[in-house]
Amino acid sequence: MLPLPFEFERPSTIADAVRSVEDSGDGMFYSGGTELLLAMKMRVIHTDRLIDIKGIPGLDRIALNDANDIEIGARCTHKKISSDPVVREHVPALSSLCADVANIRVRSVGTIGGNLCFGEPHADPPTLLAALNARLVLIGRDGTRVVHADDFIRSELETIREPDELLTLVVFPCPNGPVTYRRFKHGERPSVNVAMAWSMDAGKGTIKDARVRVGALGSRPQPLKVVEDALRGLRVREVRPAIEAVLTTALDGLEVNEDRHGGADYKRHLAGVLLLRNAEEAIAAGGGT
Amino acid sequence: MTRVLPISFSLNGLVIAVDVPVHTLLLDLIRDRLGLKGTKRSCDMEVCGACTVLLDGEPISSCTTLAVDVDQREVTTIEGVTPPNGLSRIQKAFVLHGGLQCGFCTPGFIMAVTALLKATPHPTDEEIRHYLHGNLCRCTGYTKIFEAVRSLAAEQVSEDVA
Repeated sequence: MLPLPFEFERPSTIADAVRSVEDSGDGMFYSGGTELLLAMKMRVIHTDRLIDIKGIPGLDRIALNDANDIEIGARCTHKKISSDPVVREHVPALSSLCADVANIRVRSVGTIGGNLCFGEPHADPPTLLAALNARLVLIGRDGTRVVHADDFIRSELETIREPDELLTLVVFPCPNGPVTYRRFKHGERPSVNVAMAWSMDAGKGTIKDARVRVGALGSRPQPLKVVEDALRGLRVREVRPAIEAVLTTALDGLEVNEDRHGGADYKRHLAGVLLLRNAEEAIAAGGGT
Repeated sequence: MTRVLPISFSLNGLVIAVDVPVHTLLLDLIRDRLGLKGTKRSCDMEVCGACTVLLDGEPISSCTTLAVDVDQREVTTIEGVTPPNGLSRIQKAFVLHGGLQCGFCTPGFIMAVTALLKATPHPTDEEIRHYLHGNLCRCTGYTKIFEAVRSLAAEQVSEDVA
């Protein structure tokens, strides 16, 4: 189906892009369109103006900055991230995730920023970015604000981004421990996914801090606080029994939507399996001390 | 404000200049205005791959691409990879291995395989499966398509060795 007619603008600066959204009734930023155009074709989203951000320089940059943070421009495609040497070296789990998003055509044009801003619960990147403690940089009429990935997606298809705020950058600390991501899926989108990132205390050979996020089964990525608490301060070899001891309690605390991807018990079960497999991978990567 | 834009792009090596309403989809421009019917509309939601064309050599879903986004770029369709007389080596491999029945998904597969072999001339079995995961075929059960592509990878290797 065709989308309804709209106006089209190609600003060359962030300021012009923001102004263009303000000037319109319900204008929207546009890049890959892999989610937005679909929704417009199905007529569940209507906009009177698309503001194409592909002509704004600098939004597709990937770099390790002086603060040892990895910066990924919001307009980077999944394909670009999957093959980027910085990401490959420091966060191979993110490379693999981006190499497996949807299909080859979506990865060619779909962007990490668009994925986040759509707030689709059955998505890969938000879960891992939350586990990586990513911050998102939003630039709007009232200036720049930085929000945590954990706070960005409010609910299904709903984020805290204002319509005139452009997501420009995803930033997260360069990991100093194993980062793992797994998903289970029937079609193109994950039914359940689990991401885990450990910060290691190199001197003691222990886990200083663990971040565990479960996504897709509820309306937004959720932390598994009980597991995180159980992992803090542990040696790597103590991980598996520690997770198993609290797993049922942790999974029971998750908000789960029953949908065509499965019932609540089934999804909780999947989350547990994926978490334990992530742990096995992290244990192997963590040196087994 | 702009609702119609002039665009100019290369379509199978031929420069095309047209004015398009900005909400025009690339698939409709190619099929309905430019008359190239090889590219198919099927799922209309970027899942099946029947509408695959190459944009600057990369596979995209033309059903969910705005025509204005190909301005100043190169689009290749199934017509652009088919020799004037006969079939390309990829198309021949599909025929030889029985990699098609009804043929509706075939143009999309051929385009995807074209891009795959350009990027990775000797793909492994796993690379073939991963790359083609997003192209659906309801006839063949995929095995014959897979065998066709694998024969091309192997054939190229033996040519290189020779």
